[in-house]
Amino acid sequence: MSHELPEHPDWLWRTPDPKRAYDVVIVGAGGHGLATAYYLARDHGITDVAVLERGWLAGGNMARNTTIIRSNYLCDASAAIYEHALKLWETLPEELEYDFLFSQRGVLNLAHTLQDVREGIRRVHANRLGGIDAQWLDPDEVRAFCPIVNTSPEVRYPVLGATLQPRAGIAKHDHVAWALARKADAYGIDLIQGCEVTGFVRDGERVVGVETTRGRIGAGRVALAAAGHTSTLADLLGLRLPLQSHPLQALVSELLEPVHPTVVMSNHVHVYVSQAHKGELVMGAGIDSYNGYGQRGSFHQIEHQMAAALELFPIFARAHVLRTWGGIVDVTPDASPIIGSTPIENLYLNCGWGTGGFKATPASGRVYADTIATGTPHPLAAPFALERFTTGALIDEHGAAAVAH
Amino acid sequence: MTQPHRLADGGRLDRSTPVRFTFDGTEYTGYPGDTLASALLANGVIEVAPSLYRRRPRGIATAGVDEPHALVQVAEPMLAATTVELHDGLSATSLPGLGRLDQASDEAVHDKMYGHADVVVIGGGPAGLAAALAAARSGARTVLVDDQPELGGALLSGHEEIGGRPALEWVEAVRAELSDTAEVRILTRSTAIGYHDQNYLLIAERRTGHLGPQPLPAAGRGRLWHVRARQVVLATGAHEHPMVFAGNDRPGVMSAAAVRSYLNRYAVLPGRRAVVLTTNDHAYGTALDLAAAGVEVAALVDTRPQPPVALAEAARRAGIEVLAGSAVVGTSGDTRIASARIAELAPDDTLRGPVRELGCDLLAVSGGWSPAVHLWSQSRGSLRFDEALAAFVPAQAAQQVRAVGAARGTYDLAGCLREGSAAGAEAATLAGFEAAAPPVPPSVGDPRPALPRPVWLVPAEEGEPATWRDHFVDSQRDATVADVHRAIRAGMRSIEHIKRYTTIGTAHDQGKAAGPTAIGVISRLLGASSPAEVGTTTFRGPYTPVSFALLAGRERGGLFDPVRTTSIHPWHAEHGAVFENVGQWKRPRYYPRPGEDMDAAVLRECRAARGAVAAMDVSTLGKIDVIGADAGAFLDRVYTNGFAGLAVGSARYGIMCRPDGMVFDDGVTVRLADDHYYLTTTTGNAAAVLDWLEEWLQTEWPELRVHCTSVTEQWATVAVVGPESRAVLADLAPDLDVSKEAFPFMTARQATLSNGIPARICRISFSGELAYEINVPSWYGLAVWEAVLAAGEGHGITPYGTETMHVLRAEKGYPIVGQDTDGTVTPQDLGMEWIVAKHKQFIGKRSFRRADTARADRRRLVGLLPLDRAELLPEGAQLIADETALTGPPVRMIGHVTSSYRSAALGRTFALALVERGRDRIGEKVYAPLPDGRLVAATVTEPVLLDPKGARRDG
Amino acid sequence: MLLIACPWCGERDEVEFHYGGQAHVAYPSDPEALSDAEWAQYLFVRDNPKGPFAERWSHAAGCRRWFNVVRHTVTHEILAVHPAGRPKPVIA
Repeated sequence: MSHELPEHPDWLWRTPDPKRAYDVVIVGAGGHGLATAYYLARDHGITDVAVLERGWLAGGNMARNTTIIRSNYLCDASAAIYEHALKLWETLPEELEYDFLFSQRGVLNLAHTLQDVREGIRRVHANRLGGIDAQWLDPDEVRAFCPIVNTSPEVRYPVLGATLQPRAGIAKHDHVAWALARKADAYGIDLIQGCEVTGFVRDGERVVGVETTRGRIGAGRVALAAAGHTSTLADLLGLRLPLQSHPLQALVSELLEPVHPTVVMSNHVHVYVSQAHKGELVMGAGIDSYNGYGQRGSFHQIEHQMAAALELFPIFARAHVLRTWGGIVDVTPDASPIIGSTPIENLYLNCGWGTGGFKATPASGRVYADTIATGTPHPLAAPFALERFTTGALIDEHGAAAVAH
Repeated sequence: MTQPHRLADGGRLDRSTPVRFTFDGTEYTGYPGDTLASALLANGVIEVAPSLYRRRPRGIATAGVDEPHALVQVAEPMLAATTVELHDGLSATSLPGLGRLDQASDEAVHDKMYGHADVVVIGGGPAGLAAALAAARSGARTVLVDDQPELGGALLSGHEEIGGRPALEWVEAVRAELSDTAEVRILTRSTAIGYHDQNYLLIAERRTGHLGPQPLPAAGRGRLWHVRARQVVLATGAHEHPMVFAGNDRPGVMSAAAVRSYLNRYAVLPGRRAVVLTTNDHAYGTALDLAAAGVEVAALVDTRPQPPVALAEAARRAGIEVLAGSAVVGTSGDTRIASARIAELAPDDTLRGPVRELGCDLLAVSGGWSPAVHLWSQSRGSLRFDEALAAFVPAQAAQQVRAVGAARGTYDLAGCLREGSAAGAEAATLAGFEAAAPPVPPSVGDPRPALPRPVWLVPAEEGEPATWRDHFVDSQRDATVADVHRAIRAGMRSIEHIKRYTTIGTAHDQGKAAGPTAIGVISRLLGASSPAEVGTTTFRGPYTPVSFALLAGRERGGLFDPVRTTSIHPWHAEHGAVFENVGQWKRPRYYPRPGEDMDAAVLRECRAARGAVAAMDVSTLGKIDVIGADAGAFLDRVYTNGFAGLAVGSARYGIMCRPDGMVFDDGVTVRLADDHYYLTTTTGNAAAVLDWLEEWLQTEWPELRVHCTSVTEQWATVAVVGPESRAVLADLAPDLDVSKEAFPFMTARQATLSNGIPARICRISFSGELAYEINVPSWYGLAVWEAVLAAGEGHGITPYGTETMHVLRAEKGYPIVGQDTDGTVTPQDLGMEWIVAKHKQFIGKRSFRRADTARADRRRLVGLLPLDRAELLPEGAQLIADETALTGPPVRMIGHVTSSYRSAALGRTFALALVERGRDRIGEKVYAPLPDGRLVAATVTEPVLLDPKGARRDG
Repeated sequence: MLLIACPWCGERDEVEFHYGGQAHVAYPSDPEALSDAEWAQYLFVRDNPKGPFAERWSHAAGCRRWFNVVRHTVTHEILAVHPAGRPKPVIA
């Protein structure tokens, strides 16, 4: 784990000036925006594309997440899109010619109450029938798989079992973004940083371009991929969305010799932790209750996270928090994303991934690109349309994913 | 063992009691007052573990929290040797930037402290002391925070004078005055690690670590202070940064300020023959102190072509050759530095002229100074690049805070004292006190420095930056100029990308010292005119690493989350109950008799309830008094069914939904009086329901005259269940007419029990049996429980737990919110159309008409009877429509098992399930494919499997 | 850790409070008169501004009263606090 990271390619991307217009303008050069650009080119041959980024490329949640990748979701629609993502992850390092340290080390979701057990078994059964690898482990099997988890029955909320998805794991988030950016750039797509969208150019009910801090850019189609800032962009169009932006914090320890072989998540005790390739423990804290765009949350979330971590991993007591940070997660009422068209012609929406965006990156980009290119929702995206909030056909992962990632 | 590099006298050491310690297995001695690093240097040890990736030899490089190399494992992993106080018996091993977690559990406790202050001063150097003094004299509640064992800051490492006396005498006088002032707290060994919204400061105090292996009894190893400050003064000082030249990572290359600190504060000679390299005035003090201590200073290399005349003169007087307009361009040595190569710098920082090589075992480097703006930046204060100081300095404050002294780029002692004093007075004034800045005493030493000449990147003697692999930008990460160059060549322009590509600034020191240097290097390689164009990365907390255990505090083990128990709990524990966590409550799950497993115990308990009588402690159910003239009208709006018309003395089951129409909670409510309802909730939802009721009352319907009070813990409740429960109750409450006619189902009575205890008795049933719930003030709970058991003894009364409760209710098709529902289930999905009032409005009603919610093929609650009467379906098992449907994946699933049990009454297994169009499938078969490959068939039934007419319940 | 001034109890740490999202969103007076889309607006759509935001808090571990706060969602600065039922203040 402590080896030097693999060498990056010698060339990544250009720093072009924006053209006057593009077929497709993607707003937001995070993982999803970059993946969308890549798949527009790869799958649909659409390369007259600009990806606009107000800050630096992949500097938002893509740079701030805890890098967990899994597909063991409960709802059919969620499981389908995340499993599509996982299958893409499995071939992406080779396809993108970039070793972004995708490591299928498994994810344990611990159960601490009888209801947790029921939910876990429900998910395992659903996953297996959905073609997703899933197992139920009893406490002894949990200990065998991850010896540092405290499986003593004496703790406040003993581990009663866990679901295991062996194909789940982690990847190096920055490198994923750079891998996608590099290939998108190679297709001729313009990645334009330091370019903030300040308005939309409309022609009646259609959107035909964007105003930016670097001037007006015409667009055949505009695709939002701006995560926590989606609401502020939609506000410019008078479009109100079922989104709330919240702070979410994470932290890393110093580099440590390998102790933690997998990824452990516990909704009940509020822990998710892995050990990254360099050796640091990477952990996420709970989401702050209040709305916030400041990329920082309240410290009691971190303190509680540490208490929870020590409940499950007494060995972590002497580890140190080296660095904390916060991101902005855009959360929908059913904790599932919104993908698809909008009431405004030529404007597309991909947002609301909440705490689950990183793991979905390739699938999100792929189905979004397909939806943009064809003008009709990709089958995997269709259930995630905005209309579900009117019909009530929510994809409610809340039960299974109170703090899940 | 002698300490060959220890000066004969001086230093802030207690020489009377030498202490022994081991480092990498070798024993050494040092003194109290030493750090591990200073003691190692005193023993001539400068080399520490080699670097993590390139295995380069490395040495102690600083004397503080910015140490990049000297990382050690004590009990904790990864402490900087420069911050570890020496104590007798200390045993440390060097680490190559990779720590090791001890498998042994850590029993040390840590505490959380919470404080409020008018003025918090961070930093106990001259500026901070002056600020604290000014604030304290006004009467303001003042907290002074310093990370060292003693106050004084940079004064500990020099020999300045204040008020005509040695500066440390002034420090002591200030400390004494502050200590004697009411409302002042001095926190030493305390590092301010975080600066959060609304002047919320986090301070990590180290309490026992420096004492060695005898911690104070009952004292926490550390404390995490949470201090809310009206005003803050940041006197956090400045970090000296290294310079980037070939071989700048070699052991013996050390911060010039650190060298001075080792000489003066720790009485240690870090070398015998030194070269000093500087961009600024500060290192002249180092050179002069080295010479005064007997070290041969081979040269003082100043990047500035024209160093200040007075300083240059002083150096020459001390016999030190000053090489102006020059820089060190390379080092050599086996491991430790043996010589430095020096060349003249052209105005554009290129090399010119011959290279001169000077032998040395110490290269003291001052690459410039940067204010410690970490906390300022955490507070959201903005920064600007000061071209004259060549550093990022505080600009606009975002909170009630000001930076003083070196923390804002004021490096002269007189300026620090003046700014500190003024800031302390200003802060106290703004906090509401009458404060005046005390007169600033005159000082000698540390005059206002001349301008530096920053040289961010000293070229190699040959080649291009792409090949400069020995120019270390972040030595702990082994990141070099070549790496930065490669990142830029790959297309990266943002410092954030370059940082991430090269990993600069991400190591244990988080780039405290080398960060500004890295920005300088990047600006040079990007061709920027100034580091201002590049900017900084975000300064993230904590300022220094803090242990997980410190942040966890005492919220561990039993204190991680409160345990709630009922007043009857001791009986359950004594009688061998197996407990289940339900929310924070401990509830008996079952009461095994010797030799029984759970299945056997539950079958026995169920038989008792159905065949005779059984009792359960149901005190954990949430209970809310809803009182007021509009209580009925209020409940009508909250529940899907009506409560205003409920007769006094009667009870009714109700369901409440969220606005989206999904079931939120359920329970029985009793009307005790016209204006008094006694509402029960599920155990886990009690607090949420109270919150819910109050929210609607206060924010939507403030006109309703209703108030709600949680009485969950005021009442203990015992359920007496079974055909013989009436006889037990008659015995228990002899004055109560318990006849079917006088006390019918769904009514409540007030009674006095035979033991004199007043009770509220409800004839309600969650089992389908004749049953009563006896509510008594909770301090009578245990007595009443025992009285119930005594009264039932002749009937074989059997205590039962949640598992039996679940079986009994499931046999009757009663759902459990949260088990048979999951937030996507409507009352209609549960087959409870009857409970949804047609002719009144209630929360969520509108949602039932939405397209998806009104769908005919929604999943509905049904019963399942496995064809094999002994086959217990797993709870959570997914269901498919027919045995040939196993194609895929994905396999089309039509529902799942929510509850599944063995029934004593039915003599078989059964389950409840949510199944698509479930009510239309009654009589059909569905199938559960199990992970072991079996396909279990079950018949869909009505959810009520026992006594559908309710004869037992109503009997 | 925000510092919130409860109108009844004074300044307290955020952990004593419960967050309630956007303020001044009334339960529709006649839900049955609304279209599904209008009802969905009430159920699920709330403002999400980057800047001043009128929001609800409840002093859950104190007086248990709900009240309204105008807070800046970037700086977290609290610009106004007022009891429930009062109109939203105008923040310059």
